[in-house]
Amino acid sequence: MEIDLSQFSQVFFEESLEGLESMESELLKLEVNQPDDESINTIFRAAHSIKGGSATFGFTQVADYTHLLETLLDEIRDGRRQMTTDHQDMLLLSVDLLRNMIDALMRKVDFEDPLLAQLETRFTSALAQNSSDSEEEHNSAESSSEESTPRNTTWIIDFQPGIDILRCGNDPSLMFNELRLLGELEVILVDSTLPDFSDMDPEACYLHWQLTLVTDKPLEQIKEVFEWVEDECTINYHQETDTQVKEQVEEVGAPATIETSSSTEVIAKPKAVAPAKTPDGGSIRVSIEKIDLLINMVGELVITQAMLGQIGQQDTIDEESLLSMKQGLEQLASHTRDLQESVMQIRMLPISFAFNRFPRLVRDIGQQLGKQVELILKGEDTELDKTVMEKIVDPMVHLVRNSLDHGLETPEVRVGKGKPEQGSITLNAFHQGGNIIIEIIDDGAGLDTQLIHKKAIDKGLVTEDEELSEDAIHQLIFKAGFSTAEAVSDLSGRGVGMDVVRRNIHELNGTIELKSVKDKGSRFTIRLPLTLAILDGQLVRVGKHTYVVPLVSIHESLQVEEQRINRISESHELIRLREEYLPVVKVFQEFGHEADFQEIRDGLVMVVDSNNEKIGLLVDELLSQQQVVIKSLEDNYSKVPGVSGATILGDGTVALIIDISGLVALAGIANMKEHAA
Amino acid sequence: MKKILAVDDSASMRQMVGFTLKTAGFDVTEACDGDEALKAAQVGEFDLVISDVNMPVMDGLTLIRNLRTLPAYKFTPLLMLTTESGVDKKHEGRSAGATGWIVKPFNPDQLLATVRKVLG
Repeated sequence: MEIDLSQFSQVFFEESLEGLESMESELLKLEVNQPDDESINTIFRAAHSIKGGSATFGFTQVADYTHLLETLLDEIRDGRRQMTTDHQDMLLLSVDLLRNMIDALMRKVDFEDPLLAQLETRFTSALAQNSSDSEEEHNSAESSSEESTPRNTTWIIDFQPGIDILRCGNDPSLMFNELRLLGELEVILVDSTLPDFSDMDPEACYLHWQLTLVTDKPLEQIKEVFEWVEDECTINYHQETDTQVKEQVEEVGAPATIETSSSTEVIAKPKAVAPAKTPDGGSIRVSIEKIDLLINMVGELVITQAMLGQIGQQDTIDEESLLSMKQGLEQLASHTRDLQESVMQIRMLPISFAFNRFPRLVRDIGQQLGKQVELILKGEDTELDKTVMEKIVDPMVHLVRNSLDHGLETPEVRVGKGKPEQGSITLNAFHQGGNIIIEIIDDGAGLDTQLIHKKAIDKGLVTEDEELSEDAIHQLIFKAGFSTAEAVSDLSGRGVGMDVVRRNIHELNGTIELKSVKDKGSRFTIRLPLTLAILDGQLVRVGKHTYVVPLVSIHESLQVEEQRINRISESHELIRLREEYLPVVKVFQEFGHEADFQEIRDGLVMVVDSNNEKIGLLVDELLSQQQVVIKSLEDNYSKVPGVSGATILGDGTVALIIDISGLVALAGIANMKEHAA
Repeated sequence: MKKILAVDDSASMRQMVGFTLKTAGFDVTEACDGDEALKAAQVGEFDLVISDVNMPVMDGLTLIRNLRTLPAYKFTPLLMLTTESGVDKKHEGRSAGATGWIVKPFNPDQLLATVRKVLG
């Protein structure tokens, strides 16, 4: 039977990555001097499973490497070797390396990394140190196509099974069947050892057999039949050749007459013939509970549908059925809402999936910087959409790196300030309304207000005579072209600034806030929608068109009097709002259609956030606020500047969702503020 | 149809074993550790149990020892699925009551051959 093993690879990759994750977290928890058995066992099991799977699915590179890990861990587990911090380091590095190896396998590219050879050497030399035993593993290669002993040989096999053979589920007759596959077999029962009936244990085996097998197969193959039982049984093999020379053979390889041949192609290689599919969609594990809830809900829907269907079949509708129809519709609405919520639940994962990588990160970077850091994780069970989670990890990593690098002080400095030597970084997650809040809090030095101000002036982001509150200065770090570190360190200065962090979060329809107190620490607060599929939107009308503006971006909406409007060019206008000048984008102009109000003084200005700048959008009218389901334009049409997607409204019409920063770029008003100042 | 219980904590191995055996016409039940397997074994009567050795909660050897104490599994073939081809494990397995073993890595054909062998 041909079975394509590559169909199981995806599951193997996923469980291997999970295994590596638990390996990593156990390794980090581990007290190297007194490793707790359960932890070592968990780590061992992960390595062991990856090895077994990778060997089975033909990923020999991974299998060979994990074999080294497994051997070391096995010795530690059995107490034959004392665990050292060096081992811990090697194992942690291996976790990274294996991740990359698996990643390469998933992408079907060759894996090359000098680290592999380095680590292999380290493991080998670590294992060589007074290792008490090094069992070589032998693959049980099925030697199926043999041509080495073409001539038939007659084997006389004296088979005396152990008395308990049946109790292990072994059945001698099945072994004889197997021998028959190898050649011609004659079975002679020897019952001389049968005890008296009164002494007989019905579950024991007292019988012996003498087997005569004529076969062209080598002895190894015959022995394989008895492989499972050879320890408890007495088995003697005699060879009867043509010339009647008898030779007793006790061990494999002893007789000179037998030529061994080896064919060891045991691993089915997933070759290029693998199906061309492998969609990068990824998969998700869902608890049965959640699925059951869904099924339950669908059941309710079906009942409601049946009820409504019945009413629909009536020719006339009297008052009574009208009433039950209304009831049915209400039920339908409530079920649909529940169903929507449950479906969303399926994509929800606890944020611990994202938090998990931080203990390692904090440990490594803290060590590198010579800082003592305690990482506190809170609210790890808080659930979040899988896609949002995947996209928020990078910004979080950036923020934590920043806190470690710039926020936390070295132990000496901390002691000088009267703080404990060990700094702390807290990751906290919780739900608030329809959002998830993620806080990254450190008890470090806080932002250096003066330095930031000076930098911002140097970079031309603000002018010297601009009066700014401390908080306003702190917000400057989110501006494009701002880099805090005096000398760009290799940690934070990866060419990615806080502006990118902010932009990434904005792309998720989220916001980021910052509070910082000198010498007390900083707190970044990220607010994200629970899912990307649904958006809290404000519907606005411009002419005949309805648009959706993400609610999270809106500050306020107001009517502006004539005297607060400054026209700086034919198409660019500013409004003054509480000592601030805001550029105004006329939505109808950018999208090129009619509107009721063409002038700012007539219409309504909606103050929204665009890349940490406030701007105004001129619209005709505010409609309702509602949750809208986001439909991708790119999938169905093509990317449209200024529009992030579309949605279908209750009346069946399509409304475009405004991408504010895209719209601002479209209007070309990015530098309008400078004109005004 | 012969009923087989396949026990492994690794989902990919379970799938592979399950798929191979189902394709070959066996009725396969899967369990992800010894404890789950023991419970399943008490409910349904299986003609063969194939179990991984190293598993959380209850390992394969403990499972085999427990199964052998049940009257229904006194003579049932119980196979260990293991990467540990070391002599120690096999001895341990035999004394726990295992019928035999399949050494990882194995391919579907080898698995089927062994299964057919013990099921006669």
